[in-house]
Amino acid sequence: MSEPRVLSTDAAPDEAARVIEPARPKLLRGEDHDLCPGCGEPLAVRVLLEAIEALACEQRSIAVMGIGCYTALSTLIDVDSVQALHGRAPSLATGVKRMRPDSLVFTLQGDGDMASEGLQEVIHTAARGESVTCVMLNNGVFGETGGHMTATTVLGQRTKNTLEGRDASYHGHPIGMAEMLAPLGGSAYVARAAVYDARSVTAARRMLQRAFESQLAGEGFSFVEILTMCPTGWFIPTAEGPGYLDEVLGSVHGVGELKVRGELHEHPTEPEN
Amino acid sequence: MTRSLLMGSEALAEASVLAGCRFFAGYPMTPFTELLENFAVKLPGAGGVCINAESEIEAVGMAWGASSTGARAATGSTGQGLALMQEALSEITRAELPLVVFNMARGQGDYYQATRGGGHGDYRHVVLAPADLPEATDLIQLAFDLADRWRNPVLLYGDYLLAHTHEAVDIQPLDFEPLPGKDWALDGSLGGSGRSRSVNPLGMEKGSKRIDPEGLWKRLQAKHEEIERREVRSQSEFTEDADVVVVAFGSVARTVRHVVAKLREEGRRVGYVRPITLWPFPLAAVAEAAQGARQVAVLEQNAGQMIDDVRIAVAGSAPVRAIGGISTDPSSFGIGSLLEPANVRERILCALEDREIPR
Ligand SMILES: Cc1ncc(C[n+]2csc(CCOP(=O)(O)OP(=O)(O)O)c2C)c(N)n1
Ligand code: SF4
Ligand SMILES: [Mg+2]
Repeated sequence: MSEPRVLSTDAAPDEAARVIEPARPKLLRGEDHDLCPGCGEPLAVRVLLEAIEALACEQRSIAVMGIGCYTALSTLIDVDSVQALHGRAPSLATGVKRMRPDSLVFTLQGDGDMASEGLQEVIHTAARGESVTCVMLNNGVFGETGGHMTATTVLGQRTKNTLEGRDASYHGHPIGMAEMLAPLGGSAYVARAAVYDARSVTAARRMLQRAFESQLAGEGFSFVEILTMCPTGWFIPTAEGPGYLDEVLGSVHGVGELKVRGELHEHPTEPEN
Repeated sequence: MTRSLLMGSEALAEASVLAGCRFFAGYPMTPFTELLENFAVKLPGAGGVCINAESEIEAVGMAWGASSTGARAATGSTGQGLALMQEALSEITRAELPLVVFNMARGQGDYYQATRGGGHGDYRHVVLAPADLPEATDLIQLAFDLADRWRNPVLLYGDYLLAHTHEAVDIQPLDFEPLPGKDWALDGSLGGSGRSRSVNPLGMEKGSKRIDPEGLWKRLQAKHEEIERREVRSQSEFTEDADVVVVAFGSVARTVRHVVAKLREEGRRVGYVRPITLWPFPLAAVAEAAQGARQVAVLEQNAGQMIDDVRIAVAGSAPVRAIGGISTDPSSFGIGSLLEPANVRERILCALEDREIPR
């Protein structure tokens, strides 16, 4: 990767402003997609590609795609990819990695995909210490089917089948995926990120990079959960998405690193630069 | 030639590794378990991997991932475990990936599952049904070849007898026509070039928002029709002047083959057709054998499943009658009295003499 150029702002520029390098990750084939305005998933996928580029792994990465709104983005990702069934990406990633141990292998799943349909897959893959990175885009709903409750939907959250808000006595409790996977012996790196503002997006990229570094170092299983906006599935105006994410989902699914190099963090914090 | 006395499961694992199988994943269940055990012993030494998966669903997922990298991969179970794998098996067919799947079935009740499947949508699997171990060690090599050639799952239908009986076998590598290269196999190397690869069952293509499932399914249909024309296999004997033509597959056919030869020695006008591919079903061979026959008798170890395909093949040119039936021992592993030569002989005689089958 080329060094980022820093423009001096001490004095007026001596030439007119122009684009000095493309802002788009090289691994992104285009920016034209059909996801909703205000959706957090394209953002998360973009920083994931940036993390791959930062590690110079463009030519050794293999993606295993889950089924959700993000599935449509797989055609924009210029990385070898195999499409899994709903919930089944971790076992495919296992087979890929065992046959291609030198590749950077990751899954891209949603909360419906990973925590609802395929929960057993990710738990066993983590416990096995499989050298793959599972990425879960958590918006607390099945976005794709129109905003239904998932295993991570927080108490009080309104969805199509929790119209008055998720009620523990009737709909049960949400699962904290990062908290569940962190204590397992096979997991080496576990973190939860979010993409509701510039700072959180930068932290998300850093966590993805650290998860990939952990995989490349052969430390074991790595997991990054990324809280993403879904204004459509939350039935709120687009502009309210980031605030809702921070306040409603973020207050239950706390952001930070829960496990680094196999060591549990008692108080999850965001990684330093 | 060196013949060794091997248990079926060991011989099948050995022939698979010889055929280039480098990945296996499975979950124990009788009578499939020993196959998993033998892959676990043999694969690491051959540079391969065998995973004791946490469920059959994960086993087939792991094999799917391995296959997407171009490795020769296999999985398997009994019919119960294969029932859990159905969603993946139909999706892998749509992703056009090679995969070899063993069903060490509990009897022959999984004929529908093998040939019709319980997965979603229009899909087909080649199904090979060996009658004995020497044939099975050849057919499993063929299975890996056909899976790669057609980029389609191939299922080997075995049972308790095949998996657990020790037989003398001489496992030799078979020669096949050269295969096309696996330019679709994922290795990550084309990332960022605008030509990265995609193994996709949904009709999605990199760099395009257009999704074309109809085009994909039509291409698959054409491929499956081509397989139907090219890959039918069966064995027939004594059918030219037969009054009764028996149709049987797998371990049951092994006994039928033996009994029919004996009855011929006694001057009885009986022959048999043994489908080796359950799909594509040998429609022409069965139709031809039925010409001039007084009766076509289907001897299968289930309540009547393959008889549907026999009826389609015979198309009314002769009466089709079931002379098999459900037959198992108390273990429910399908080792019933129907497999005994005396019982098979009696049932074929009933067909020859137009007698009722004793229940
Ligand atoms: C076996 C199976 N059941 C149901 C579906 C339908 N389905 C497609 S996407 C989806 C939910 C996806 O939710 P999530 O993974 O959270 O992704 P999001 O749409 O929120 O991005 C469901 C239930 C399916 N494809 N397969
Ligand atoms: S429904 Fe939600 S997750 Fe899906 S594209 Fe729209 S905003 Fe994104
Ligand atoms: Mg979701």
